[in-house]
Amino acid sequence: MTATVDRRPPVGLRLSAAVAGTFFVLPAAYLIWRALTDDADPIGLIGQDAVLGPLRRTLVLAVLVSVTSAVIGTVSAWLVTRTDLPGRRVFDALVALPLVFPTFIGAAAMVRSLNPGGMIDDALTGVGLPSIPALDGLWGAWYVLTIFTYPYVHLSVAARFRRLPGSIEQSARLLGNSGLHVFTRIIVPQARTAITAGTLLVFLYTISDFGAVAILRYDTLTRAIEANFTGFNRPVALALALILLVLAALVVTAERWANARQPRVGTVRNLTPVRTPLGRGRWMGLGFVSILVLAGLVIPVAALLDWSIRGFDRAQRGGRGLTIDVGEMAGTTLNTVAVSAVTAVLAVLAVLPIALLVARHQSRVGSAAHALAIATFALPGLLVALAAKFWILQSDWTFATFDDSMITLIAAYVVRFVALAMGATLVAVQLVPDRFHDVARMAGADPLRRLTSIDLPLIWPGALGAAGLVLLSTMKELPISLLLTPIGFETLATRIFGSFSESFLAEAGLMALSLVVFSFVATWFLIIRPASRD
Amino acid sequence: MLGALYKPCGGLYIHRMRRLASLIAITVLATACGGDDSVPSTLEGSAAAIHSGDCTPDTGGSITVWSGRSEDLIQPIVDAFACAEGIEVRMNYGDPTDLALALAEEGDRTQADVFLSKSPGAVGFLSAEGLLQELDSDLLDEVDSGNKAGDGTWVGISGRQRVLVYNLDNVSDDELPSSVFDLTGETYRGRVAIPATNGSFLDWFTVFRAQEGDDVATQWLADMVANDAIVTESNRPTVDAVGRGEFDFGLVNHYYNFQEAAAIGPDHRAENHVFDGDDIGSLVIVTAGGITASSDAVDDSQAFLSFLLGEGAQQFITDDTLEYPLSAGVDPNDVLPDLDDSGSDFDVDFDSLGDGLARSVEIIEASGITG
Repeated sequence: MTATVDRRPPVGLRLSAAVAGTFFVLPAAYLIWRALTDDADPIGLIGQDAVLGPLRRTLVLAVLVSVTSAVIGTVSAWLVTRTDLPGRRVFDALVALPLVFPTFIGAAAMVRSLNPGGMIDDALTGVGLPSIPALDGLWGAWYVLTIFTYPYVHLSVAARFRRLPGSIEQSARLLGNSGLHVFTRIIVPQARTAITAGTLLVFLYTISDFGAVAILRYDTLTRAIEANFTGFNRPVALALALILLVLAALVVTAERWANARQPRVGTVRNLTPVRTPLGRGRWMGLGFVSILVLAGLVIPVAALLDWSIRGFDRAQRGGRGLTIDVGEMAGTTLNTVAVSAVTAVLAVLAVLPIALLVARHQSRVGSAAHALAIATFALPGLLVALAAKFWILQSDWTFATFDDSMITLIAAYVVRFVALAMGATLVAVQLVPDRFHDVARMAGADPLRRLTSIDLPLIWPGALGAAGLVLLSTMKELPISLLLTPIGFETLATRIFGSFSESFLAEAGLMALSLVVFSFVATWFLIIRPASRD
Repeated sequence: MLGALYKPCGGLYIHRMRRLASLIAITVLATACGGDDSVPSTLEGSAAAIHSGDCTPDTGGSITVWSGRSEDLIQPIVDAFACAEGIEVRMNYGDPTDLALALAEEGDRTQADVFLSKSPGAVGFLSAEGLLQELDSDLLDEVDSGNKAGDGTWVGISGRQRVLVYNLDNVSDDELPSSVFDLTGETYRGRVAIPATNGSFLDWFTVFRAQEGDDVATQWLADMVANDAIVTESNRPTVDAVGRGEFDFGLVNHYYNFQEAAAIGPDHRAENHVFDGDDIGSLVIVTAGGITASSDAVDDSQAFLSFLLGEGAQQFITDDTLEYPLSAGVDPNDVLPDLDDSGSDFDVDFDSLGDGLARSVEIIEASGITG
C-alpha cells in the first residue's frame, strides 16, 4: 500500500533545508572558531572539580525537570483538548502562559512571594501555619524550572491531541476500559513523539537557562559560563559553552535514535473532537489545572502586582515618580508582539522543508539540519548574539547591510528558537497519511498543489502549536534582544531587565504584567481560537 | 491593536496570509516609530531640572552610546544633554558585560562612540583590548586621581560604596562589624550572603587583591567559605532577601538598599552598614565611561562625558539615583553617609581590573563558594 510513495526528495526541499541548516550552524561554528582562537581548553577543564560539579548538577536538574514537565505537560494537554473539563479553552491558554516569564524576573517574583518574609509566606505564618520550605538550591530550581518549562510539553502534545482520531477512545470505552486506562494505554502512546519532542526542549532549555538557577542559587554550568564571561575570562567561558554544546548534541542524537525506532502513527482530519467525560474526576482535573495556574501564573503575578502597586502608591504620596509612562509601555509592547509574531511565522517556514525531508525521505541533509536546529537551543542566547555580530563583520557588504538591522535581530531569534518549531512541525508532518499523496498524484496533482491542498491543511494545527512556542519564547528573550535590537527599538524583556537589575521594581513589574497580558491575548487569538475552530 | 490582526472568516488560507501580512506591516510601522530621537524645544520632568531653558537648535551632531547603565538611571541626563547641546544621542542599553563582549567582536568597526559601564571592569577590559582612546585632559581633570584610568582611557561618572546590608529584625547593633575581615568570625556563620560572581563583587575583590595581596584576599575568601557564606546571584536579590529576613547580612553596593526601600517602603526591613573608613570593605567603586578608539564623533562624545560630570547631571545622580557624585563640587545627598567622615578615600588602582578580573574569577570559582 505504501509502495507507490516517492522517496526521492525534491531538489527544492533539499535546497531550502540546506540553506536553513547553514544558518543554524553559524552559532556553533562561531563558538568553535572563538574557542580555537582564544586557546580555550575544554578537554583540560573537564577533569576539574570546578567543572565536574556544575556539569553533574546541570544533568541532575535537567533530568528531574524533564521528567516532571513531561508528566505535567501531557496531563494538562489531555485535560484541555480531549476531556469535558469545565473552562477548558481558557485553561488551554492559561496553562501555556508560564512560558512567557523571563526566568530572571519570574524566579525572583516566585521567591518574593513564597520565600521567608514574602507575601504568601507572611500570609501563612500570619494565621499560624508553618512556612513553605524556601525555594532554594536543587529543589527550588527543579520546582521553578518545571513550572516555567512544562508548557513546552503542553503545547507540543496539545497540538498532537487535537489531531488524534476520536474513534480510538470510543472503541476503547465501548470495550469497557476506564478513563485512566484509556489515557495511559491508548492516548499517551499515540502522543509519544510529541511528548519526547517537548521533553527534549525542556531538557535543552534547562541546561541553557541562567536566570532561574542564578536566583535559586544552584550552581550549574551556565552559572560558571556567566561568571567567567563577567570576569572577561573568555577562554574558560567558551570552553564551558563547548561542553554544553557537546552535551546537547549527545542528547539530541539519543532522542533521534530512540524515535527512529518508533512506528509511525496515522491520523484523520477530525472535525468533531471526542471528549472523554471525566465524571466525578472533573474536580480532580479542575484542581490539577488550577494548581498549575496558581503556581505558574497567580503566584508570580502577585509579586509583580505588589511591586507595581507599591510604586504607584509611592508616586501618589509624592515619592519618586515612575520612570515609564503608558505610551512608552504601549510602544514597547507593540514592538515585542510584532517581532515575536514575525519570528514565529518565519521559524515555522524555516523548519517546514526540514520536517518534510525528515518525515518523508531518508535525507541526510534533512537529518543534519534537524539535529543542528535542535542542539543550538542549548546554547545560551548571548553566544547566538555574539555569533551574529561576528558573522556580519565578515565582509563590508554584510556589515553595511545587516549591522543594527531588524533582519539580523529576527534571524538571530529564528536561529535561537527554531528548535521549538521543529518538534511540533515534525510531528504534524508525520501525521499526514502517505495514501493521501498517492491518491492525489494519481489524480494528477503536482507537488505544489499537493503541498497546499493536502499537507498544509493537515499540518496547520501542529504548525500553530509550533508558532505559539516560538512566539511566547521570543516575547521574553533577553540576551539577543539586548545586543541586536536596532538602536531605539526596545522590547519588554530588555526594559524589564534594565529596570529590574537596578531595583526599579514597579517599572519592571508593570512591564512584566504587560508581557503576561499580551502573551495571553496573542496565545488566544493566534493559537487557541484558530486551532479549536477548524 | 491585536484585535485588528484577527479577522474571523471561514476560508483557510487567504485570511491567514492577510494576518501574516498585517503582522509584517505592523513590525515595519513599529520599527519606523522606534527611532524617534529628534531634539525637543524645551524639556519636562526630571530632565528639565538638569537643563532648564530652551534647547539648542540641532547642530547635526550625533553620537551612539552603548550604556550598561539602565535607562531608568540615565535617560533624563541624556535628554538634557541632547537639548542643551543640540546633539542627537542614540542609546543602546544592555548588560555591561554583554555589551563589552560585543564591542570586542566589532572592534574598530563598531558604531559605538561612548561606552558607559556600571563598574570599572567592563571599561578596563575594553581598555586592555585597545578599544578605548585617551580622553581629553580637561575631562580627566574633573575627577580625582582615584576615579579614572591611569592611562586616561576612562573616567568615573558616579560612586557606589561597598557596604554590609543587614536585616533590622535579625541583627543587633553590637553585631555590626567594623571590618570585612570580622565576617569570618563565628558570629557570622551561615549568615552572610555574597554575590560572589557578580560584576561589582569581582571588581571589589580584584582591588582587594591588588591592595592587600593575593594571599590575604584568597585566605579571606576561603575563611568565608569555611564560615558557610551564602552565595547569591547579584546585588538586587541579595538586598531583597535581607529585606525579607531570609538572610541576615549581604555584602553589596550601597545603592541597592536605597532603591529597594524606595520601591517596597517600610516593609523592607534592611539598612546599610558602612565598615570603618580605612577598611577595604568600604571601598567606593565607580561607574565609568569612555570613548571608543574608532569613534568619528570624538568632540561630541567628549561633550557628552563632560555633561555627565557637570553640575546638573551630578546633582541628579546623587538626588535621584542616590549615588555619590564625583565632580563639579556637588555634595552627596543628605541621606548618604559622608565619605570623608568614614574616610574611605582609597587611592585605588583600578587599572588592575583590566586583566585582574579573569584571575579573580579563577580564584572565586576554585574557592568552592559557588557549590
